[in-house]
Amino acid sequence: MSEQIEMVKICKVIEEAESVRTFIFSHKMDFAPGQFIMVWIPRIDEKPFTVSYHTQEEFGITVFRLGEFTKRLYSMNVGDQIGVRGPYGNGFNVSGKACAIGGGVGMAAIVTLATERDDIVIVQGAKTAVSLLYRERFPNMVMFTDDGTEGRRGFPTDYLSQLQEKHKFEKIYTCGPEIMMKKVLDFCLSRGVQCEASLERYMKCGVGVCGQCVCDGFRVCTDGPVFSADVLSKINDFGRYSLSKSGKKVNV
Amino acid sequence: MKPPMTINLSADICGIKLVNPTILPAGFLGTTKEILKRVANSGAGAVTIKSISSVARDGHKNPTVLMYEAGMLNAVGYSNPGVKAAANEFSNIGEIGVPVIASIIGTEADDFLKVIDGFGDLLSKSKDSSSRFSAIEIPLSCPHTPGFGTLAGQSTPEATSEIVSAVRKKCGLPLFVKLSPNVPDISKLAMVAQDAGADAITAVNTMGPGMVINIDAREPVLDFKVGGVSGAALRPIAVRCVFDIYKAVEIPIIGVGGISSGRDAIEMMMAGASTVGIGTAIYDRGIDVFKGVTDEMSDWMTNNGVGSLNEIIGAAHK
Repeated sequence: MSEQIEMVKICKVIEEAESVRTFIFSHKMDFAPGQFIMVWIPRIDEKPFTVSYHTQEEFGITVFRLGEFTKRLYSMNVGDQIGVRGPYGNGFNVSGKACAIGGGVGMAAIVTLATERDDIVIVQGAKTAVSLLYRERFPNMVMFTDDGTEGRRGFPTDYLSQLQEKHKFEKIYTCGPEIMMKKVLDFCLSRGVQCEASLERYMKCGVGVCGQCVCDGFRVCTDGPVFSADVLSKINDFGRYSLSKSGKKVNV
Repeated sequence: MKPPMTINLSADICGIKLVNPTILPAGFLGTTKEILKRVANSGAGAVTIKSISSVARDGHKNPTVLMYEAGMLNAVGYSNPGVKAAANEFSNIGEIGVPVIASIIGTEADDFLKVIDGFGDLLSKSKDSSSRFSAIEIPLSCPHTPGFGTLAGQSTPEATSEIVSAVRKKCGLPLFVKLSPNVPDISKLAMVAQDAGADAITAVNTMGPGMVINIDAREPVLDFKVGGVSGAALRPIAVRCVFDIYKAVEIPIIGVGGISSGRDAIEMMMAGASTVGIGTAIYDRGIDVFKGVTDEMSDWMTNNGVGSLNEIIGAAHK
């Protein structure tokens, strides 16, 4: 774990989908799928990101052009530099016949996991065909779109029973919108399938001292961001509340 | 063979009974009731909520917290949800299971009083002690938030006297005043606080501010550029401050600054602290640091034939 911010240069930019780009850095990082890094743009802000691409020599992050920070990051070019510290937090516990269900920005954690475990069935949900991510990296991915323009129409969570009957998963990983992850958890609990979800919260220190990212008695940055079903089922805030920048409890 | 010694780690600060002298100081983890429950279950004798102002504050932009080789810098900027939301969050405060200290902040004396009003019964002395805060703490010493603490001149003797007197009149709970180490004569300031009605001194807040520059980015790392310094670098300064304050005042002292082991805690108590705050050490030792420190204190006391904390408080003054 590195406490000091290291400045790293963008060496490649990949267009992933509409308003979504992956930035690759030629920088070695000792990283386990599920962990996150803090990304710093001097004078702008610092935010947590899941690593979406990881090899011996390189790592990458996928950026959705949403707010001030991501707009700035999205518009960067090869040769520009950002600051990174980490990786922080725990990773996924890899075992058994597994499925990984992701959506949106959460797909980043899913694909680094699937890169290490090529027998994992990847399921992605997206709004529409052009928002689907990482299709070339994972041609066998099971896809769902809200509007039916690609793959099956609907949410992956609507087809959990079918998927489970077909594949008999021992474990389901999930990362994406919390409502989706909550549905996945509830399904796994009802079927006795193991489950791990990677949570997202607004963060400050990233190292477990400030209390900004807490979910009940757990610090997402340090005790997570990956939590197992037995822990998640005890977290009242999961699927319900997160802390805003001021620390106010808001609905997720 | 001598029978095994009984070690009594219980502490007392202004009549508040603690099972051990370790306290979670303001600004660390104290955002919600549930995380404070965890800190209490991990062995803290008492806990402090993250400082609350009359209205919500987003605080400074990230990076707000930065670890470095001798400790930590922070310029969080008092982010907090405001007293209304905080009163709601901590409504069933007894669930936390240990005494809880309310840290409140204001831009001027009246602003502190608004926060006290906003907490209502949670700060009412007439309520049963398990359904309210055990004490109130006013930090007049934050070095990195415009409008508050040292940047608002709250660490001068005049402002300290004015704010402490106003809060004293308003709230009957034990009143802790948290001082800055960045003053020419901290014992004088402690005397001023005592004369204005403080029941205890919390010493010290972070020092500095300090700055760390990333040379590859050619920029200060903290977005506010400067931040209060805590951790190991602060410890000898905090110990000296507590030592000076102990000589100057009658009221008890909560010693805070760089404590990360049982030996550090005992050192701080020998300087004159009745209880000790542990914050930055959570980074290295996790939330279980409270249990770790008390176990180490217990071991040292056993090995040195010390049965209770009263035998070590102020011991370095003899």
